[in-house]
Amino acid sequence: MGRYVIRRLLQLIPVFLGTTFLIYVLVWAVPGDPFAGMCGERPCEPGFIAKMNEKFHLDDNIFSQYFQYLGNLVQGDFGETYNGNSVGELIALRYPVSVQLAALAVVIEAIIGVIAGVLTGLRGKGFLDNLVLVSTLFLISLPVFVTGFALQILLGFELEWVDPVVSSDPTLGELLLPAFVLGSLSLAYVARLTRTSLMENKRSDYVRTAVAKGLKPSRVVGVHLMRNSMIPVITFLGTDLGSLMGGAIVTEGIFGIQGIGKMTYDAILQKENITVTGVVVLLVIVFLIVNLLIDLLYAVLDPRIRYE
Amino acid sequence: MRKGRALSLTALPVSVALAVAGCGGGGDSGSGSGANNETHEVSVHGTEPENPLVPGNTTETGGSKIIDMLFTGLTEYDPVTNETKMANAERVDITPDGKKMTVVLKKGWKFHDNTDVKADNYVNAWNYTANSKNGQQGSSFFDAIAGYDDVHTSDPDEDGPQKAPEPKSDKMSGLKKVDDYQFTVDFTESHGVFKLKIGYGVYSPLPDSFFKDPKAFEEKPIGNGPFKFTSRVPGREVKVERFEEYQGAKPKIKKAKFDFGKDLEAGYAAVRSNELDFIDTVAPSKLVNNLYKTELKDRNGNQDNLAIQIIVFPLYDKKFSNADFRKSISMAINRQEITEKVFAGTRKPVKGYGIPGLPGWSDGGCGEFCEYNPQKAKELFEKSGYQGAIEITSNADGGHREWATAACGQIRNALGRECNFVPVQTFGEMRQKTNAHSHTAIYRGGWQADYPYVENFLNPLYKTGGSSNDGAYSNRAVDTKLAEGDVAYARSQQEADKLYHEAEGMIANDMPAIPLWNTSVQYGWSNKLKNVRMTPQRELDLLTVEVA
Repeated sequence: MGRYVIRRLLQLIPVFLGTTFLIYVLVWAVPGDPFAGMCGERPCEPGFIAKMNEKFHLDDNIFSQYFQYLGNLVQGDFGETYNGNSVGELIALRYPVSVQLAALAVVIEAIIGVIAGVLTGLRGKGFLDNLVLVSTLFLISLPVFVTGFALQILLGFELEWVDPVVSSDPTLGELLLPAFVLGSLSLAYVARLTRTSLMENKRSDYVRTAVAKGLKPSRVVGVHLMRNSMIPVITFLGTDLGSLMGGAIVTEGIFGIQGIGKMTYDAILQKENITVTGVVVLLVIVFLIVNLLIDLLYAVLDPRIRYE
Repeated sequence: MRKGRALSLTALPVSVALAVAGCGGGGDSGSGSGANNETHEVSVHGTEPENPLVPGNTTETGGSKIIDMLFTGLTEYDPVTNETKMANAERVDITPDGKKMTVVLKKGWKFHDNTDVKADNYVNAWNYTANSKNGQQGSSFFDAIAGYDDVHTSDPDEDGPQKAPEPKSDKMSGLKKVDDYQFTVDFTESHGVFKLKIGYGVYSPLPDSFFKDPKAFEEKPIGNGPFKFTSRVPGREVKVERFEEYQGAKPKIKKAKFDFGKDLEAGYAAVRSNELDFIDTVAPSKLVNNLYKTELKDRNGNQDNLAIQIIVFPLYDKKFSNADFRKSISMAINRQEITEKVFAGTRKPVKGYGIPGLPGWSDGGCGEFCEYNPQKAKELFEKSGYQGAIEITSNADGGHREWATAACGQIRNALGRECNFVPVQTFGEMRQKTNAHSHTAIYRGGWQADYPYVENFLNPLYKTGGSSNDGAYSNRAVDTKLAEGDVAYARSQQEADKLYHEAEGMIANDMPAIPLWNTSVQYGWSNKLKNVRMTPQRELDLLTVEVA
């Protein structure tokens, strides 16, 4: 087990190098001069452009730029944005918000999704089953910006239950509505995944054996059936955490949340390799660690899985 | 908006006076309001400044908004009439030949670090900004001053390996300190309009501490304006507070905050729910059917910008060398219809190269060539023998698609030739093509004036080698006429007005660019504010606004 974890952690290094380099090059390949649009309807001062290019080493070739960046990064220096802000500071301000938002979204989708899935999965066909199927289909077919604006108008402006836009340093309570919007699509998937998985395992041999042994129904479901059925759901929830963090651009925009989604988007448009790479590097690490945790969870859930 | 001084979105034109009269929401709410001015922090929607907050390096809207509050230059522009008023200067005199300017400063003005504002602070700041070694965006604003070439050198081969040579000096010979409160400026040529320019932010003074430690200054800017800097959170906000020792008209509110964290949609929602106090651009989705007028009832306004929308012909491309062709496009566009249908009557069509509201400017300089006349257009078009389809290109991220498509439709109908709108992804990409002279289609252009006078709409855009003469237009006769205007200005503005008007007619005869309409913008505010008005520079007037 210990060896397995170490091996997995060592794998992080090549993945880290590969992704950072790819991202750096991709952003660099975005067409347009980052400083051409900075001076409005007139060409920028040549002196200004020369100074900026020199400051950010943009005249060097891409490899030397990347290795300079990497050198600073391993010393914990994320670099500076074009307007002189520290990228590390920006990340420190925004990452916690994005983590909270994504984690809250995952919790919401896990609780509601799993409960809906279990209820329908166990009971089978009936009114409740149809209700869940139709409502999840509805959620899946709605784009996030529709859900977001609709709930913002309903709860924020019409009923005035919540502030339509969160404050610049939001509390968990303020993030509840945005997190629900963000997680709504995945929530539907989780419900359906749980339902299908339960239905499949309900007829499996070990469940029949457990029932035949005379175990209480709660134990059959809670310990034997659920544990095995949760594997695909856990996999989904784990990878979702990462994608919700980076992919919350629309939700962040609607509710005015200062997370990393918008920051990355703006940085790509501005060709700020440094910012994009910095943010994405951390995202990659989140993905890798969550994946590792999920793999370890498999062993806990399913006794047949062993890591040597 | 991260488009710098790019023209943005749409808005309604209502005279400034009307906008001001319409404000105030519920009017005076009695005795409590004075106290609220002291306690409530007025939050203003903004965008993250694109550069450190140094006045000479700030020419885009996000940063200018803050710089204008932190600094007061020699003069300032009246928010209603656009006239120049003395601010930090006691008086500014220009000799009748326009070659020498004498500035006398008011005494007793202080920077936020309690040092006096003296002639040196202006002279040193201007020398610093003009110096190409310092890479300041605003350096070309000093190009009329004698000795500019000594401090400002340019790269001989642009992107090539050669570097710009070291400037000969770090002082412009034309800038001379007379005593602590007086300095003189010599110009290489007659330049009376300099008196109008100096209200712009890049001409702000810098405190002595800036020159000792620019880095520390960037962290905590020290100005001489009505507000002083208190704190900044990168990507989130800048906070300012009233400067009690300010010698000009003091603001009524004590604290203000510029909030960068929200895009236009979220900013609008925050203003609507009174979480944010002011937004200078209503989100485009709320302009549809004038939705914002019901959602922000009694707390919305409209303001004309100091900006013009134009269509530019890249004259470096042979395809567009025929003036008849260029005129035919201009006459095929029905400006009135587009301003009414696409902009819901919020913009004013122009028949000249300036915009309504400029002191001394009158419409009609362009004559019949800016009038909609499909028959004449078709005649000219056929005479020109232009081959192939017509294309109009613009960046797609600034709300230009709608009108450009409409204009193309009109051109197609009038000329009977295919016309297409070709979008470019971002403003930066568009600007790069413009700078590199690599446009192969007619393209959208715009101009946001630095100061309110028609000269600023003509010289940079249509003079040979002008700083924003992107289409490479050149006509000696026009250059001469513009120069005559520049010289005349120091003697008499009326005379200059007339000469510039004539120059407009000469430019129109070549039609290097088609003037379309002015631009305007809608803004909204929360129920916590009263006496709200926006300046033509698209900033909330923080000097007059009050907390209800």
